[in-house]
Amino acid sequence: MGGLDFSVVRDNLPYFFLGRYPRGPLGGVALTLYLAAVSLILSFLGGLILGLLSVSRSRLIKWGSTTVIQTIRGMPLLMVIFWMFFLLPAMLGGGMTADWTIITALTLFTSAYMSEIVRAGILGIPKGQMEAAVSTGLSHKQAMLHIILPQALRNMIPSFVNQFVSMIKDTSLAFIVGVSELTHVATQMNNRTMLYPTEIFLFIAVVYFIMCFAFTELSRWLERRLAWRKSI
Amino acid sequence: MLNYRFDWAVVTSGKYFDWILSGFYVTLKLSAVSIALSFLLGLVIAMMRMSHARPFRWFAHGYLEFFRNTPLLVQIFFWYFGSYKILPAAVNDWLVRQDFEFAAAVIALTIYTSAFIAEDIRSGVRSIPKEQMEAARSSGFSYVRSMQYIILPQAVRLTIPPLINQFLNLMKNSSLAMTIGVAELMYQARQVESYTFKGFEAFSAATFIYLALSFLITGLMTLYDQKVLQPIKGH
Repeated sequence: MGGLDFSVVRDNLPYFFLGRYPRGPLGGVALTLYLAAVSLILSFLGGLILGLLSVSRSRLIKWGSTTVIQTIRGMPLLMVIFWMFFLLPAMLGGGMTADWTIITALTLFTSAYMSEIVRAGILGIPKGQMEAAVSTGLSHKQAMLHIILPQALRNMIPSFVNQFVSMIKDTSLAFIVGVSELTHVATQMNNRTMLYPTEIFLFIAVVYFIMCFAFTELSRWLERRLAWRKSI
Repeated sequence: MLNYRFDWAVVTSGKYFDWILSGFYVTLKLSAVSIALSFLLGLVIAMMRMSHARPFRWFAHGYLEFFRNTPLLVQIFFWYFGSYKILPAAVNDWLVRQDFEFAAAVIALTIYTSAFIAEDIRSGVRSIPKEQMEAARSSGFSYVRSMQYIILPQAVRLTIPPLINQFLNLMKNSSLAMTIGVAELMYQARQVESYTFKGFEAFSAATFIYLALSFLITGLMTLYDQKVLQPIKGH
């Protein structure tokens, strides 16, 4: 380890964190977090919709949504990314930026995983709650929206935070299609300097670790805290 | 999309079919080798994590947190591009004489997955109530025998579904090996696309194979759950 020279990292620190911003587009760590945050918000919505469909009382909707979920879950994320880069321009006639194509792929992929969290959360609420709500005169839909979902969502919060950690790690695949997030910036730097691959990849590993570990700890803390609240 | 002419023959016969098939074979080989190694390494890390010796426990804890919270792709790049500076010269010489791309992918997949496997094994063992151990000890079993006959057989049964799930993830994750030039399924599908411009067919073939593998593994897991786990739980 004594032979490592981290000056290449030190000299290019702004590039690692911001890319060519402010003289060019945002990149590096900032773009990684941006991609992860936007995709997470969108896949929260997607997961909610898919999750609700998968516990639907209509058999057709249930099977349809489950098939979609299982198909996406059976594929590697890389496959989903290639499909998006291949299909979206054909369907939309081009015009979508690489950033948004990768956000679409990440959203589609993560929605399928989110929907399983949502489904487990809804099924985890005791049946008596739905029965009680319906017997006080609410419709099934109202009971789901006002009684079941709010409780279920609270229980899901730690899992959502965990999903954000996966999302941060998954954004590294955007490198393959040339989106200049952290991993892409690192490979560029490595191609340009040639001599410091160990230092560069060790450095970005640590940066990813700090981001992901912080959210892992947050999720654990939330889990303890929400468990305590539940008991009162 | 409207003027696209489908030509499934591209991927169902001839040269490009062979490419896809060889990619499938490499994916299987890469996955199988990494699954075996990551299970062994995961077992060792789990044992260290549960050990009474503090240095072992700390090392295992750091290992788990670091490798679980770093992207697999970055780990692949680290082993492929950067490992030569931290490995002994003899190991480097040996590695270069091997299929280095394949070896780097195996190392990265193994280490990454072993961290997840170790946690699954640990939670399997921890889910067995303490009283079981106490009861076993008080009826005359030694610590090792209690582990062997009472705790581990139960823990292993509970750990098998999450382990299979990790193996499934590993199989899907092995697609990242294409980034360092391992000619696995995804690499070959892309290769076919760039030679024939039949991207739809090439990606469909790869997707079909990945899905078939995934559903096969998920099916086995469901079967195991129904045939082995449910009878025990219901009891």
